[in-house]
Amino acid sequence: MNRSSVLLKGIIKENPVLVLLLGTCPTIAITYNVMNALGMAVSAAIVLICSNIAISLLRKLIPANVRIPCYIVIIAGFVTIVQMLCEAYFPAIYKPLELFISLIVVNCIILGRAEMYASKNSVLDSFLDAVGMAIGFAVALIAMASIREIFGSGSFLGFEIPILKDYNIPILGAVPPNGKVYGFGGFFVFAILIAIVNKIMSKKKKPKAEFGCEGCPMADSCNKTECEKEEAE
Amino acid sequence: MKEFILILVSSVLVNNYVLSQTLGICPFLGVSKKLNQAVGMGMAVTFVMVIATAVTWPIQNFILSSFDLGYLQTIVFILVIAALVQLVELFLKKAVPALHKALGVYLPLITTNCAVLAVCINALKDNNVPDMGSATFLYALLYAFGSGIGFLLAMVMFAGVRERIAASKPPKAFEGTPITLISAAIVSFAFLGFEGLFSKL
Repeated sequence: MNRSSVLLKGIIKENPVLVLLLGTCPTIAITYNVMNALGMAVSAAIVLICSNIAISLLRKLIPANVRIPCYIVIIAGFVTIVQMLCEAYFPAIYKPLELFISLIVVNCIILGRAEMYASKNSVLDSFLDAVGMAIGFAVALIAMASIREIFGSGSFLGFEIPILKDYNIPILGAVPPNGKVYGFGGFFVFAILIAIVNKIMSKKKKPKAEFGCEGCPMADSCNKTECEKEEAE
Repeated sequence: MKEFILILVSSVLVNNYVLSQTLGICPFLGVSKKLNQAVGMGMAVTFVMVIATAVTWPIQNFILSSFDLGYLQTIVFILVIAALVQLVELFLKKAVPALHKALGVYLPLITTNCAVLAVCINALKDNNVPDMGSATFLYALLYAFGSGIGFLLAMVMFAGVRERIAASKPPKAFEGTPITLISAAIVSFAFLGFEGLFSKL
């Protein structure tokens, strides 16, 4: 496939969160305001791009039977670098995201792209794929966070919106006094977004994604026949 | 004794990893279709959480902190978890092959389960596991155990919910993942009822 389609497919057609259904944990957990979403999107983008390049550069050197631990070490290295930079230079953004930046290392998007794309393609293609996927992830995160913050807290990036502030729906994403945001808003808004994407996709006659083997980063290493048996049941 | 109950109740009900902290969503939505799979996955995750905490807690407190290597936390923890999952997979293949087959591809996916890494990191924090002097390690293990049981509880409950969903007919755009997510939203909403449990204890 040509270069521009490698880049663009990650944004809409194969959006990692809304179509491939990878990386759902940070999407549901931290999108209660847009600042978090931006911070997470940038951090994940840096890790995704750097690790895709690194793994693509090393793809001929890594033995096949230990490739998953190797990918994990490479990704963990970049996550540690991002962690330290974020904590040092942007402490205000880092504070609510502390745990989730560590969790980028187990984010299925990054491991999945490493396994399925970077290990088999050239550096330039892997870089473009990573950029596309990162933009797609950012789009999904910011869309969710915008809905949750605007309608849940009546603000946007911390700035209060005059009318919506009085008529907000706290359950969608407002931060309660004890600091623990309720999970309901995340699940609900995510479901609505996927339903919208499904509607758009069905008009274009594309198959709907189901939680299953398509997005799983271990799909190539697992016994495919077991997967198919699973799907058939 | 009071701390024992507090930590157990907190990690199973009040701060349930799936329904309150919204971590570990991927396997939660992927494996909870059938009850035996859900139970098997829940127990495997509990086991990995406890053993992983048992290994990573001493590593953090005796090795990483003493030599000022705190920045290696992410790398070391995730490698420990990956190794443990491989061991669990080998063990299950030999000892309980039926369960190994039933879990299939989802067993290696425990490595990428956000909840496991989150438990390892959270078990080191004071607000989850109070500083009890020399007994802190045991309470950290209890915290990990409780978190796993909470995960198991959420999976088993949700297996029942999904049976009902399978028998119903949602609007076309909502079929599959969205309706599952909305039911997860409602179940997590129900778990909010446990919020006030601490003030009573």
